[in-house]
Amino acid sequence: MRRLGRWAIAGAVLLVGRGQRRRQLPPPEPVVDAWEPAPRAELLVAGLLLLAAALAVAFIVIYAGGADTQLLGLALGLCFGTLAVASIVTAFRLTPPEEAEEPYPERFHSTEVAEVEQIASESGRPLTRRRLLGLTAGSAGLALGVALLAPLASLGPVFDTSRLRREPWRRGVRLVDNEGRVLRADDIELDTLHTAFPEGANPEILASPIVVVRVEPARLDLPVGRRNWAPGGIVAYSKVCTHAGCAVALYRAPHFEPSRPRPALVCPCHYSTFDPATGGTVLFGPAGRPLPQLPLAVGPKGELIALGGFSGAVGPSWSGVRE
Amino acid sequence: MRPTVLIVVLVALLVPQLGGADSGADLYLQSCVTCHGRGGSGVPPGGKHFGPPLQGVGAQAADFYLTTGYMPVQRADQEPVRKSSPFSDAELRSLVQFIGSFGGPPVPHPRPERGSVSEGLELFTANCAGCHQVAAEGGLVVGGTAPTLADSTPIQIAEAVRIGPYLMPRFTRKQLDDRQVDSIIRYVQLAQHPDDRGGWGIGHLGPIPEGLVAWLIAGAALVGVAAVIGGRAP
Repeated sequence: MRRLGRWAIAGAVLLVGRGQRRRQLPPPEPVVDAWEPAPRAELLVAGLLLLAAALAVAFIVIYAGGADTQLLGLALGLCFGTLAVASIVTAFRLTPPEEAEEPYPERFHSTEVAEVEQIASESGRPLTRRRLLGLTAGSAGLALGVALLAPLASLGPVFDTSRLRREPWRRGVRLVDNEGRVLRADDIELDTLHTAFPEGANPEILASPIVVVRVEPARLDLPVGRRNWAPGGIVAYSKVCTHAGCAVALYRAPHFEPSRPRPALVCPCHYSTFDPATGGTVLFGPAGRPLPQLPLAVGPKGELIALGGFSGAVGPSWSGVRE
Repeated sequence: MRPTVLIVVLVALLVPQLGGADSGADLYLQSCVTCHGRGGSGVPPGGKHFGPPLQGVGAQAADFYLTTGYMPVQRADQEPVRKSSPFSDAELRSLVQFIGSFGGPPVPHPRPERGSVSEGLELFTANCAGCHQVAAEGGLVVGGTAPTLADSTPIQIAEAVRIGPYLMPRFTRKQLDDRQVDSIIRYVQLAQHPDDRGGWGIGHLGPIPEGLVAWLIAGAALVGVAAVIGGRAP
């Protein structure tokens, strides 16, 4: 019963609304002078708008197919430029040059409003292909909007976040350099920085690249439970900064320590600074948590091998990783 | 009277010529020994003057620190900066020779003409540009500055790669062999004389100043366009 009542009220409202809409004033006297239609300008504007749409689509296609940044910039810049030219042509050729003065104090008088509406509707008269222009402008706007949103796809995997957590390091995996040569323990001298990858794994997985340095064993102060992770003082950490995910590529290696800051791994993006001697703890900068450490051992032929996985989650902190 | 004067003049002229390693030892005693100790044994920290031992650093490190003017410094906790050396070329040579006699690697002889610019760019980007910037104009590190390489000579670059001065890490021959160092030097030589086709390098600082300049010029152009298309109003 109650539902029926609601339907009845809704129907009544609709009927009243229809009735009101039907009430129309008789066609008023023209205010704007006769205005030459400009079909060529209309076609030009429509063409420019379609060109803008095509350029926006081209942006998406370039972005999807490898993203040459210069081509991307060219497509987006030309798209905006075309839209600007279309607006200028519209302003000069398709807008009636009528100036109407409003009697000042009665700004919201009803006849005034009607007059403005009349001016607006008559001004639209030269736009005989209004629908065409509307459609082309709409397609340009839609394509441009999609083009501007498309690069959001670069923010990261949306559907498959498992590859962020894939772990290529297991017990016994050997460390190789960027040319695939096996790293030996005696390659890692004091004051040198080495980048290493897991042998046989995809080097582009987030957790693959590590930095390897040698710390004087007496200086080591690793957290409890990591006592045997650093053979001869050789320590390995993820190369991906825990702040914004840049490569931790700098190694501050003081030449003469008594008067210099201590050795540190530094990320060049925002200068997050990590202490290799204490388990990658943050010494300075915006990083919120230590670099994950990889337990190391020396194999029978002097080669460096991993003893297992990292001490924590690799990569920048995000909603799923905050420890 | 006359023969005495003659002898004094002759002795005064001859003694510096006879010097060699001896005058190197004298210079060492004058300028280096308070911090680096007798025979390059080093002075442990604790007192007013202290410094690292020089045994084993070789002529390689001595030549780098002395020709760049990094040494002598007034205080051991100072960051060394490039300045003109207080020693003459002959004094530098004998001092380097003397410190080299403590043992260690000799002064390297790089041959950048053997290197390749493109390989050098790649290696410089991977190993050096994080601190020195890809234009080799230097930058900041935590706790110090990375100097510009604008005035670095090929020998100084080859030395710095191996010794890692101040806060810089060093690179073993397994990491970068001598031929790769030649390529890096060749690239740095190119970066020292950049080919600025437009005539304005904007400090070679990269996209941020370039963007600022572009925005200023584009902004002025846009104001001009707005003035032209808006000129219709009475």
